[in-house]
Amino acid sequence: MLGKLTWHAIPFDQPIPLITSLIVILIIGAIGIWVWRKGWWPYLWNEYITSTDHKRIGIMYIVLALVMLVRGFADALMMRAQQSLAIGASQGYLPPEHYDQIFSAHGTIMIFFMAMPFIIGLMNFVVPLQLGVRDVAFPTMNNVSFWLTASGALLVNLSLFIGEFSRTGWLAFPPLSEKAFSPGVGVDYYLVALQISGVGTVLTAVNFVTTILKVRAPGMSYMRMPVFTWTSLAANLLILAAFPVLTATYAMLMLDRYLGFHFFTNNGGGNSMLYMNLIWVWGHPEVYILALPSFGIFSEVVSTFSGKPLFGYRSMVYATLAICIISFMVWLHHFFTMGAGADVNALFGIASMIIAVPTGVKIFNWLFTMYGGRVRFTVPMYYAIGFMLTFVIGGLTGVLLAMPPVDFIVHNSLFLVAHFHNVIIGAVVFGVMAGYTYWFPKALGFTLDERLGKMIFWCWFIGFYLAWFPEYALGFMGATRRLQHIADPSWKPYLDVAMIGALVILAGIVLTVVQLLYSIKTRDRRLDLTGDPWDGRTLEWLTLSPPPHFNFAVLPDVHGEEAYWTRKLTAIREEKLIEEPKYEDIEMPVNTPTGVICAFFASLTGFAVIWYIWWLAILGLIGAFAVLVWYAWRDEHEHIIPAAEVAELERERRRVRAELLKTLTAPA
Amino acid sequence: MARVRSFPAALRRAALAAAAALLTGSCDRGILNPVGPVGSAEKTILINSTAIMLAIIIPTMIATVAVAWWFRAGNRKAVYRPDWEYSGAVELVVWSIPALTVLLLGGIAWIGSHDLDPAKPLKSPNAPVTVQVVSLDWKWLFIYPDQGIATVNQLVIPAGTPVNFQLTSATVWNVFFVPQMGTMIYTMPRMTTRLNLQADKQGIYDGLSAHYSGDGFSGMQFKVHAVPPQQFAAWAQNARGTPKALDGAAYAELVKPSSYVKPMTYGAVAPRLFESIVANQAPPPMLPKTTPPSMRVSPKPPLEPANAR
Repeated sequence: MLGKLTWHAIPFDQPIPLITSLIVILIIGAIGIWVWRKGWWPYLWNEYITSTDHKRIGIMYIVLALVMLVRGFADALMMRAQQSLAIGASQGYLPPEHYDQIFSAHGTIMIFFMAMPFIIGLMNFVVPLQLGVRDVAFPTMNNVSFWLTASGALLVNLSLFIGEFSRTGWLAFPPLSEKAFSPGVGVDYYLVALQISGVGTVLTAVNFVTTILKVRAPGMSYMRMPVFTWTSLAANLLILAAFPVLTATYAMLMLDRYLGFHFFTNNGGGNSMLYMNLIWVWGHPEVYILALPSFGIFSEVVSTFSGKPLFGYRSMVYATLAICIISFMVWLHHFFTMGAGADVNALFGIASMIIAVPTGVKIFNWLFTMYGGRVRFTVPMYYAIGFMLTFVIGGLTGVLLAMPPVDFIVHNSLFLVAHFHNVIIGAVVFGVMAGYTYWFPKALGFTLDERLGKMIFWCWFIGFYLAWFPEYALGFMGATRRLQHIADPSWKPYLDVAMIGALVILAGIVLTVVQLLYSIKTRDRRLDLTGDPWDGRTLEWLTLSPPPHFNFAVLPDVHGEEAYWTRKLTAIREEKLIEEPKYEDIEMPVNTPTGVICAFFASLTGFAVIWYIWWLAILGLIGAFAVLVWYAWRDEHEHIIPAAEVAELERERRRVRAELLKTLTAPA
Repeated sequence: MARVRSFPAALRRAALAAAAALLTGSCDRGILNPVGPVGSAEKTILINSTAIMLAIIIPTMIATVAVAWWFRAGNRKAVYRPDWEYSGAVELVVWSIPALTVLLLGGIAWIGSHDLDPAKPLKSPNAPVTVQVVSLDWKWLFIYPDQGIATVNQLVIPAGTPVNFQLTSATVWNVFFVPQMGTMIYTMPRMTTRLNLQADKQGIYDGLSAHYSGDGFSGMQFKVHAVPPQQFAAWAQNARGTPKALDGAAYAELVKPSSYVKPMTYGAVAPRLFESIVANQAPPPMLPKTTPPSMRVSPKPPLEPANAR
């Protein structure tokens, strides 16, 4: 009846996961009750959970990412503590079977449920605004995408309380992840959760590629799109090409595990090298799926806060597309030590290095964007400069790893781990934190506290160097990754410094929560009344903060590369706003619970598959299909916002803008 | 503004930390202290490539901070050029610098990949010693086919003599790695990889698995003893006197998962054991007792692994 599920699945004998799960359950319960007491459930249900508004979905993605950042970082702290303690005679406080779950969960959560949702959340919020349109191409599918991602995150976290998580690292290499070596439910949790969230991610890519190619404001030609939109397009093209490979690879591993196939087994003609190739055909582009949108964020930030257009816009677009294409031709550099011939290794090594060319071009173009500008040192700009300094070091170590003879001595070492944290923290985390700070006022109507923001930056910046430079050094000493116990006591000082670095980053994460609460509490002091708090250049700053449901009363007519900047300059020169247009009714998609119900059934099916509860799996699938049919039969697709209401909202915006214009054109 | 001024300071701190880390990183047992030709060549490429790239990135880092600082909003001396957004000359330079660097490094990578191909035999007047390496859960089995002996978690090799490794795994993937000797390589079930290394300096070096392979992975370490050739011959001779033999039963016992295993020596090995492991078959029976281990002395016909080139 319940498949493999018994009371033994609950970790009664292991205090750490048990107590953590109970605390998490209590916190979730407390928040639920608090929201219910305040009477906010209907608001949450109507305005967020069932919303098809890309801005609301973007915010939900970012909330999910921040929660998962805390979860993933808790894993990181536990790992650092274990490695600081388990040296020489001591075995530390985590036995291997627990430690191995922690590093597997850390990688899985940080990539799939922290970085991806953060990037996709920012894309969701920003891209339609930058394109000057009212929503993405498929608003309901957007909501479904989010809830499927959340469903995956739920399953991964459920493994803490029911059963166990994978102990095979974040990519679950076979044959270790095969049934013969990992008979437990851990790998199944990993596979099923990522299959479900993977569907969500592919749907997102379909949505955004369609939106950027087909849904743009009049006059917004490709070469007028802001660079963040360009990098989003590139990232979504990569998702579209790479994630199906991941799905297929996991599907093959699932067939091995569930039905006794022999794709990657040691026997029956299986070949585990095939998995290694397939997973990295996805895995390398994945790096750029995260990094390219971050580059886009930095492009917007550097240009805005230097008071200049982005230097070499066309160069940046070509560099983005070059990275997009080359990133598919380099996967083999993840396993030079597998014994391929010298020609193959050298070819893939050189291909990997070539990516450094367009990336280097980007760095120089940001530099020249600042050159001749008026640089305002706001929090996003701190992140941008911190990124440029940190990322070049990550690039250096990356090119070293791309050289087969060097990789032969640092592959899989802590040098490698330091390298990819250097680029993921230096580019992606700094990028999303810059984007979070930069677009926060647009999303919620008030800015984040600047002083706390700078403290958070310094925590990440200094914490990163403290945590990862010792690990570069340890890599040179021959330290490999994923060690639950350290044999060499001379490594302790390095591991201790790394632990301190992790604690500094912890301070940054705590301050992020403090900053959010403090900024909400004191929001009256920092309201963004104009909709353009940073003297922006792209179309999202044309709307009010937060933008109305329909974003733009009339779709903006785009002239030139910097649509909003041109418009702003014209208004200042002519000392008046553009003519008031004629307002029309606006059709907007209606809310729908399709996504959340679909994800409910997906979670149910996923859980059932993990625990071999087949009747429930079938029930869940039928449920999900029924939702689809029910949605397809809906009568009401859109609701109308009457012209009068649009006019009222738009006139308020014009009043605010007219006042802003007065201050801008007033004699100095 | 005080905060702004601390950018260069932060950079200096970072650079100092990096330098300190790199200097102390050259502790006496890592890849920066190679003991053989392979490790030395790889270290040279590592250092040279780093130097080439530092020549680009240090000026870039300084320029980043300097430009950001000089063009700060409050600086009246800086010229504001709000429309300067393109320059063909600048674009040419910014594409050329990384392109030329990569051209240079790509050349190094191409030559280095071929010179240091793990499967390529090392040039040496001495005939190589063959060692067959098998990763088990979670220990290393070293078979000396020419000497007819085997060891666990202890690799004894003659210094100054190339060692020709044939590697496989009887379980999941692992990586055979002796940091001070250079190149690491995967051990994979049902497959044989090849690796050629040499230790010129006598000494005891750490070896490990550099690819996570399950719960006992951290305890999967071994020691390499590089000894003078005569001593190696004496050691092998002595080892053949060990009464323990690695036959089918002993092997079945050995493959049972265990970690932090103390070094062991087997005085005899089932014939073609390595090939059987690669083929995933039970080890063939030991030679008849009429051929006692002590009689199986070198030279004997070298074993040709089924799937060697």
